[in-house]
Amino acid sequence: MSNNETNILNNPQSTQSEPSQDTDTVLEVSDLAKTFSVGHGFKRTEVKALRDVSFSLKKGRALALVGESGSGKSTVARVIMKMYEASAGDVKYAGESILGKKSAAQMRAYRSAVQMVFQDPFGSLNPAHNIYHHIARPLLTHGHVTDKTKLQAAVFDILSQVELDPEVTAYKYPHELSGGQRQRVALARTLAVAAKVVLADEPTSMLDVSIRIDVLNLLKRMKDDNGIAFLYITHDIATARYFAEDIAVMYQGQIIEWGRCGDVIDNPQHPYTKLLLSAVPDAGVRFDEINPQQAYYLENAQTIRDVSGESSTAIQRVADNHFIRVQDFSILNSPSATA
Amino acid sequence: MNTVEAGAKSTLEGVKDSSENILEVSNLCIDYLLNEGEFRAVNNVSFNIAKGEIFGLAGESGCGKSTIAFAINRLLQPPAYISGGEILLEGKNTLRMTDTELASIRWKKVSMVFQSAMNSLNPVITVAEQFRDMLHRHQGLNPQQSAQRAAQLLTLVGIDPSRLNDYPHQFSGGMRQRIVIAIGLALNPDLIVMDEPTTALDVVVQREILQQIYKLREQFGFSILFITHDLSLMTQFCDRIGVMYKGELVEVDSAENILHQPQHSYTQKLWSAIPTPFGDSVMSQYAAAKETEVTQ
Repeated sequence: MSNNETNILNNPQSTQSEPSQDTDTVLEVSDLAKTFSVGHGFKRTEVKALRDVSFSLKKGRALALVGESGSGKSTVARVIMKMYEASAGDVKYAGESILGKKSAAQMRAYRSAVQMVFQDPFGSLNPAHNIYHHIARPLLTHGHVTDKTKLQAAVFDILSQVELDPEVTAYKYPHELSGGQRQRVALARTLAVAAKVVLADEPTSMLDVSIRIDVLNLLKRMKDDNGIAFLYITHDIATARYFAEDIAVMYQGQIIEWGRCGDVIDNPQHPYTKLLLSAVPDAGVRFDEINPQQAYYLENAQTIRDVSGESSTAIQRVADNHFIRVQDFSILNSPSATA
Repeated sequence: MNTVEAGAKSTLEGVKDSSENILEVSNLCIDYLLNEGEFRAVNNVSFNIAKGEIFGLAGESGCGKSTIAFAINRLLQPPAYISGGEILLEGKNTLRMTDTELASIRWKKVSMVFQSAMNSLNPVITVAEQFRDMLHRHQGLNPQQSAQRAAQLLTLVGIDPSRLNDYPHQFSGGMRQRIVIAIGLALNPDLIVMDEPTTALDVVVQREILQQIYKLREQFGFSILFITHDLSLMTQFCDRIGVMYKGELVEVDSAENILHQPQHSYTQKLWSAIPTPFGDSVMSQYAAAKETEVTQ
């Protein structure tokens, strides 16, 4: 594999020859593994939730982590947030490992840099407090506002940054807001903390189609204007394409294909990615009009799943910034059309 | 292009012939009785579904699409009530049917697959037993016969019949959804109402299930009322689509026309809010979205 390429995911060390690339890297995940043990006694087995996961998040860029449910996408975010301890590998923020035991001050510093936004905006806000409280609290705890007379102005400023009318919204309670507005409050909280990295776990999948795009546009603005590095976890390829620069496709705890978003989606190389993309709803193509290649991948879905689940450490470079994990797909007869 | 449109239009006109229609909904109004008065959830909605047709209802949440689905089977619970209009199933008004008449059409003529159908299986009985009640009531089958029929149906939806005696929790979400669809197919209904049947599933599983339904429709010729908020999926799957907004049906047209020539401004807006996964249209879409924001 190519150690000298500027690879967005693997071997972040190899990019050190290019300082501009390196200073942009905010968060670095290398060879991360997480194993859960399930069951008791003789029935005890291990579930490998993450295997050999590596990527880096860069300032003002978004990496979309896509895959079906149970593929380990959310586990990655939870390890980065230190909700789970990693079984192997490392997570580095600004060059320093965040794993293991940390002091309260170190934890606060880390929490003020890395924040998470959850899927469910109905469950992530405290129903007993108004919106003002949700924004004011992080401002005070992280020391961004020390003068209480300036607190209201700071809260109002942040609310208007997420396009909520401060006068109207600040003194409302979460139940008085719509799903889209609540998700904006959750995003406003990350702005209040002044996070450098935001892990967004399916932030739009519970929102209505008609407001989804507005929240995505807000995420884009946070990325472009505030230079926040995003890990965008989703199963929706269309929104990943819309929002993220880079994409990593995950299956059963391994990243099996990664690279520039457009390259991977328009020219997928790994059979699992091809399967996933054949199944993505595409308005122009009727169900009875699917092309033979697409039909081929859908017909062989189970075989592709089985092979993609196997562990592999071999990595092949397909193009600049486009990599796949090499797995033995000789069991599949290669389809006649490979366009 | 023109010939395609002409073809689509002629089938549309063909649909108006009432003998061809399995379902005719006319001027349907549904109200919810609230403390503050009445809330009209469905306002004067009319549409038909032809025999063997897949008709889609699209719209954002709260627009009344599920309320219509429940009304067709007369499953609405108070405080919702039907305040006007007619629902004709093969020419018979379901709103005037007695309870025994209704019981005889449910499952047999119209079956329903609910949004979280995979959770609508009874967790304490086996898959074979889930079929038994319905097959016994409608066809008088004994447990052995109903298990036989259930085995046939499971094969139809791609589940190994050897799993008949397993419990729902032993199946994945996608398989449970297939079981519910198999139950819906059991009595060869003329119309299946599917309310977001695959929303909780992964794209690959969703595709597999819908592809199968598509094939079964060709085989058995039933009609489907398909409800989802995923407009892209809907244009792939449905023959005709109705777009709902705030309880009203704002546009009904062939899937082709809804995609390429949406007439109503709401349909156009809905399309512009959906990111496209393939091609270069993505950035232009973002630019367009920014522009409209500026003009607002």
